[in-house]
Amino acid sequence: MSEQRDIRIRVPVLARVEGEGALNLTIHDGDIEQLQLQIYEPPRYFEKFLEGRSYTEVPDMVARICGICPVAYQMSAVHAIEQAFGVDPGPWVRDMRRLLYCGEWIQSHALHIHLLALPDFLGFDSVTGMAAEHAEEVRRGLRLQQLGNDIIALLGARSVHPVGSRVGGFHHAPDQAAVDALLPRVARGVEEAAALLRWCAGIALPDDHQAFTSVALRHPAEYPMNRGRLVASDGLDIDIADFDDHFEEQHVPHSTALHARYHDRPYLVGPLARINLDADRLRPEVRQLLVETGVRFPSDNMFHSLLARAVEIHESLLEARDLLAAYRHTDRPWVPVTPRAGVGFGCTEAPRGVLWHRYELDEAGRVVTARIVPPTSQNQGRIEQDLRDSLLAFGLDHDDAALRLRAETVIRNYDPCISCATHFLRLEVERR
Amino acid sequence: MTADAKPRVAVHKFSSCDGCQLAFLNAGEALLELAGLVDIVHFAEAGPVDPAAVVDIAFVEGSISTPEERERIAAVRANSRYLVTLGACATSGGLQALRGLADVNDWTEAIYASPEYIHSLAEASPIADHVKVDLQLWGCPVNGRQVLAAVASLLQGVPPVDDRGKVCQQCKREQAVCVMVTQGLPCMGPVTRTGCGALCPRFGRDCYACFGPAENSNTTALGRRLEGLGLPPEAIRRRFLFISNGAPEFRAAAAQWGEE
Repeated sequence: MSEQRDIRIRVPVLARVEGEGALNLTIHDGDIEQLQLQIYEPPRYFEKFLEGRSYTEVPDMVARICGICPVAYQMSAVHAIEQAFGVDPGPWVRDMRRLLYCGEWIQSHALHIHLLALPDFLGFDSVTGMAAEHAEEVRRGLRLQQLGNDIIALLGARSVHPVGSRVGGFHHAPDQAAVDALLPRVARGVEEAAALLRWCAGIALPDDHQAFTSVALRHPAEYPMNRGRLVASDGLDIDIADFDDHFEEQHVPHSTALHARYHDRPYLVGPLARINLDADRLRPEVRQLLVETGVRFPSDNMFHSLLARAVEIHESLLEARDLLAAYRHTDRPWVPVTPRAGVGFGCTEAPRGVLWHRYELDEAGRVVTARIVPPTSQNQGRIEQDLRDSLLAFGLDHDDAALRLRAETVIRNYDPCISCATHFLRLEVERR
Repeated sequence: MTADAKPRVAVHKFSSCDGCQLAFLNAGEALLELAGLVDIVHFAEAGPVDPAAVVDIAFVEGSISTPEERERIAAVRANSRYLVTLGACATSGGLQALRGLADVNDWTEAIYASPEYIHSLAEASPIADHVKVDLQLWGCPVNGRQVLAAVASLLQGVPPVDDRGKVCQQCKREQAVCVMVTQGLPCMGPVTRTGCGALCPRFGRDCYACFGPAENSNTTALGRRLEGLGLPPEAIRRRFLFISNGAPEFRAAAAQWGEE
């Protein structure tokens, strides 16, 4: 690069991300001098609100941390509380929780692929512009999103802040007629999801290879959702209760969300991390389709997150189809729960990655303390690291508009969920 | 708005979970249709960013919890012909309005421990505490039909239907079995605004008042009924101080059952 210039790029409002964030980038003498993903969304202090509340209130409260992944919050919470109480809700509940989670992955990933991410790769500002040129693909995407929402509504009555989950199981078991009506739509969705993956595999994505550590749950037999051990691509393999021994949350001045670090380094959670660590747990049909399309995992290209989401939509629809086909109604969709004092951990795979909860409860089942580590606060450090690497690889001599678009594309690729990340800012209060 | 120009619409976000904006993003085909009928000039989560745009209808999600948000809502009001609140946070403060009930000394100390990067108000308050609101849509979350019906009405220049009836009445219309009578559950349906479709009672569980207070709600009688069901005063307080805790009717009802 011959010409040296000082560049200051400020993106005051990041578009097509969930929640409110900004980017500050200063380039001086051909090098990145300052780079900050600013998260200024106000903290909402959820962990404080939970203190003193009964365990029966927790699922409906934590849902409100995030309108896009309320199921994930409810799932991590009920698992943690059931662990504290020593409750096993049994196979029916376990299957239905998996079905519910399939719905959330499908809707969240379909929303991200079509409304938030793809306009970047196809050269549009928003989905409405994209819909004019790719009408059938956009409509297919919206149908998949709707299908995900309808799976959630089957078990939760509505897709945003669903009301079906409780500690011990579900308030309501779907009628056989409702299941029978949904099953053929889900079966058609499997085909549409396969078509989506084939289409995404043909889209030219930036070729940008980076070194990073993936972290996800791993289960002996299943693609991970609700259960498993926490593993990392460097060989870590721990019980979810030991999270604090390896992961630490830090507070940085430019963010109202905490940054989590693994052995003092940034790390990746989410669809690409999951598929990098758990590709061998995908169904044979899904692995076959990957072979056909030439998509290979594990991948060190962060932009393959788009493909990872499409793969997980396909996997989730297959899983949902099988669970619905095997459905049997029950009159008791929950098991009785007896509170006892103790501590419980819950760790599930939200659409955006590992969502870790810890609750301390008293003998009446009231929350003494709660701690929640959402995926986006874990990815924040990784996003900043990625921005630095990928902008350097892209070339700082591009004009400001191109640099800005690339930076925004990198950020959106993580599907950051900023409302989640700023559920609470932990502060030490000194009492004198 | 002039006859030949499309109406301009903005969706603004304040302190919230983003769930109410999904009423648009989950609308599927209707979202594409809407984009043909109006100009969506600001809706950061969907793409367009122009927060200072002058618009015919501004939808506002979230409550006011920082000094910056207080200034921003005043600007939104000045730039908008109709201002519509979208959901519980914007309409009554949302769950995070609970911070207004917390130990204010501790919280203030906590919040201002690092004043160089945390700017937070002591309360998370509804939009109407700060500017005039033309239409309030209740619900945590609002439902898509409610929002699209409001848009359609405003575009036609007629006032949207505002059903202030109770979940209890909706249950009767749906022929849902009463969970309070048959199971003794502490259902909030008798004092909660309809709009959800009585989802919780139809799922065999108690309503938790996510659509806020209905008109002429007898919260005193409900509190006594809950006591009759065996709830201790503290649990009765918590029933009122939940999703719609910032609603004055529910704050007053909670105060009848003890202080924080």
